[in-house]
Amino acid sequence: MNTLGIYIHVPFCVKKCSYCDFYSVSYEKEISEKYVDAVIRNLQYYSDKKRITDTVYFGGGTPSLLSPEQVKLILDEIKNSFNLSSDAEITLETNPNTVDFNKLSELRKTGINRLSIGVQSMIDRELSFLGRIHTSERAEAVVSEAYKAGFDNISCDVMIALPEQSAESLRYTLDRVTSMPIKHISAYILKTEQGTPFDCDKIKKRLPDDDTVAEIYLEMVRILESKGFEQYEVSNFAKKGFESRHNCRYWKCSDYIGIGPSAHSCNNGKRFAVGRNLCDFIESDVQKIEITDENSCGFEEYSMLRLRLKEGLDLDSVPKHRDMITKKIPALIKSGYINYDGKSVSLTPKGFLMSNSVIEYLIF
Amino acid sequence: MANQKIRNFCIIAHIDHGKSTLADRILEKTETVAIRDMEDQLLDNMDIERERGITIKARAVRLKYTAQDGEDYIFNLIDTPGHVDFNYEVSRSLVACEGAILVVDASQGIEAQTLANTYLAIEHDLEVVPVVNKIDLPSADPERVCSEVENVIGIPAMDAPKISAKMGTNIEEVLERIVKDIPAPQGDTEKPLKALIFDSYYDSYKGVIIYVRIKEGRVKVGDNIRLMATGAVFNVVEAGFMDASNLVNNGSLEAGEVGYIAASIKSIGDTQVGDTVTNNDNPCDEALPGYRKVNPMVFSGIYPADGAKYGDLREALEKLQLNDASLSFEPETSVALGFGFRCGFLGLLHMEIIQERLEREYNLDLITTAPSVIYKVTLTSGEVQYIDNPTNFPDPALIQTAEEPMVKADILAPSEFVGNIMELCQDRRGIFKDMQYLDDTRVNLHYELPLNEIVYDFFDVLKSRTRGYASFDYEMLGYVPSKLVKLDILLNGDIVDALSFIIHTDKAYGRARKIAEKLKENIPRQLFEVPIQAAIGGKVIARETVKAMRKDVLAKCYGGDITRKKKLLEKQKEGKKRMRQLGTVEVPQEAFMSVLKLDS
Repeated sequence: MNTLGIYIHVPFCVKKCSYCDFYSVSYEKEISEKYVDAVIRNLQYYSDKKRITDTVYFGGGTPSLLSPEQVKLILDEIKNSFNLSSDAEITLETNPNTVDFNKLSELRKTGINRLSIGVQSMIDRELSFLGRIHTSERAEAVVSEAYKAGFDNISCDVMIALPEQSAESLRYTLDRVTSMPIKHISAYILKTEQGTPFDCDKIKKRLPDDDTVAEIYLEMVRILESKGFEQYEVSNFAKKGFESRHNCRYWKCSDYIGIGPSAHSCNNGKRFAVGRNLCDFIESDVQKIEITDENSCGFEEYSMLRLRLKEGLDLDSVPKHRDMITKKIPALIKSGYINYDGKSVSLTPKGFLMSNSVIEYLIF
Repeated sequence: MANQKIRNFCIIAHIDHGKSTLADRILEKTETVAIRDMEDQLLDNMDIERERGITIKARAVRLKYTAQDGEDYIFNLIDTPGHVDFNYEVSRSLVACEGAILVVDASQGIEAQTLANTYLAIEHDLEVVPVVNKIDLPSADPERVCSEVENVIGIPAMDAPKISAKMGTNIEEVLERIVKDIPAPQGDTEKPLKALIFDSYYDSYKGVIIYVRIKEGRVKVGDNIRLMATGAVFNVVEAGFMDASNLVNNGSLEAGEVGYIAASIKSIGDTQVGDTVTNNDNPCDEALPGYRKVNPMVFSGIYPADGAKYGDLREALEKLQLNDASLSFEPETSVALGFGFRCGFLGLLHMEIIQERLEREYNLDLITTAPSVIYKVTLTSGEVQYIDNPTNFPDPALIQTAEEPMVKADILAPSEFVGNIMELCQDRRGIFKDMQYLDDTRVNLHYELPLNEIVYDFFDVLKSRTRGYASFDYEMLGYVPSKLVKLDILLNGDIVDALSFIIHTDKAYGRARKIAEKLKENIPRQLFEVPIQAAIGGKVIARETVKAMRKDVLAKCYGGDITRKKKLLEKQKEGKKRMRQLGTVEVPQEAFMSVLKLDS
């Protein structure tokens, strides 16, 4: 029997970061209460007790802006409407400036057992460039508070390929991040998204070129692996056994239901998305969705997602395309883009860096 | 006896010296066109002609002029193509005339093409009437130009009409000269029909329309005519002349006249320019002299950028050929470019015009290979091969001698550029013959040049090295033995057939390096490293590498939103169609084009 994951999009932020294009609006307590009501209505609507729900993920925005009471209301409803397993992974994305030890303790009590903390960098100059509201000192403190509050599964977000970033400054950030009591790191290459303040020549000129980014990325993989954080996806690293179970759903074509404005779902063979509009979400009985894919997880999509994972694509799972893929393997091995053990094709760090082209070459 | 009131003439002029403007003024003065109907430069009726200010196809117009002596005269103005590529067509047009008006720009003087065409006219015993145009320009120096005409061409010119076609100044004087100086046609109307074809075009209602000059006899509707070179026989449906915009069918034509014949002719291939038309039932003894079949000189592969447009390309070429018998094409395939055609052209301009018409009038996106000339190769077996496609160049071990076509070139330019021109010609393996001062400031340089050295970009480079002042003309000289090799370009170890070309040994290395560099610039970095090699036989003489791309990744796939990733996949699929996939190498169209435009 398939299991299920639930994603809750919490669209509030204190301040929008300059690079971010996820949907969020300014936080107001009154609106957040209406929002929580709407989430609960939707949880009831999507109620599914047949399948086991084993991951819950509060993403944003800034989910840590919700009060522990609000988080508890939502989690209680999930327990009501879904068959939530006792060892479910329940993650809350957290901004270091929105929590303290007390709030973290309260959150822990609601059932949240994993935190994803937006550290981004341990260099204040880089943090202010990114438009973050916290300092490196605060980031370090919040991790230790979280640990003390009972979180033993903490993840940190880090950003690489920042302006003037050097091997030394990258190493400095990674050294400090990995010396904290954390189990997981998501490390993203900064990308200037359309429509964000970073989408301008002035910023783009300051960013390292692709060859430099490649060096930085490979150096990061080396450093993290040497610290015991194994790469398991293009941008994700974890101590053994601490891979994000929820995020792995995305890459394994497992089902998840997304609730909240801009949330995406993949459920029962269909992909659908909710509009990027908080008012609509609050005012609708049930969130309005748009089907983005009537037949999800076909060969191309499945392979493309699978190949983001270090474990790669098991060719037994795509028997019709096995011959086509096998023919292309030698050239990719020769260039150091993939590994092949006779069963699965998996990308190397060099291959991850070129994953768009490698995947295109493999599956078309 | 032919009508003594007829004057058959053409206008010789360099591009932009005012041929079409003068023609328009003559039409206007003879009231062939009501002034309100005048469209600027009426005789040129193709878009490209107008834009480039050149005349591609000859046309003939009949005009009526009442001279100062009170008599009415019939003028047949035969418009000739001005460019060397159409040299043969020019010569046939000239044979249809008794005289030529030589238009020379009052500030620029004689240019290479003018010279070549004037000599051609003199060779055909035409009466040349010099006219100095653009006297309204501040820089005009008519006296200097007149003495240049006398010195260089050797015809009296001091009393040449000095006109401004643009302003309409002194046009009357030109018309009077036509009456007085140009002889009336000769010919016996009672003899068997003998007529010269000097042009033809395809009309979708009437079939091929042939333009003729009747030399002897007469032709009328209902006659059976025979085209002597091709032997084809047709029944005349219409015979008449052209006014400024229409065919006027007046039922017959006779010796001395210029006009058209329509005879339900389906294929323009039957109506070769230069052929003689006679009466099938009462033929003349022998054809007019000088007929030859026009052979293409320059060849190039033309491919649709989108392989699916192959059928459209063939249709377009067929349509163009209806009006242009000198265009030849045969299907060819290229590993690199897929299905296309090897096309033969009279010369470079002809090639450019065809390519441009295909793109503009038929909306086709084309990839063309480097132009090639015809090489003559004698094999060790004694067999002689003519090679117009580099891909077919035989293995060097089998070649006894290889020969390439040479041309005799005239380059006219201000003397300050002589050094630059000599350097260029030297670089293009030119053999200097002599140099002649036209006046104190202008020279005519005579060179012998291999045709394959001028088919790429010679004219462009000549223009840029002389700040646009040089003019250039050439005629074929014949074949000479040469040290020729085939240069192949390899991408990732595989020969790209569309990029192969034949070149002189001494120039192979330099060209190879340049091409490799150009390709490196124009092939984007991609998944795999792309070695670029240039090789003769198996020997690599130049090498470059397009390094593999390092980063091409969507780092985030967050919150389960994979729409962006899917969009990217779709885009990649789409982009793949526009690239030429050669093995594992993706080559954009620009890369092929860039190789054709090597700057010197």
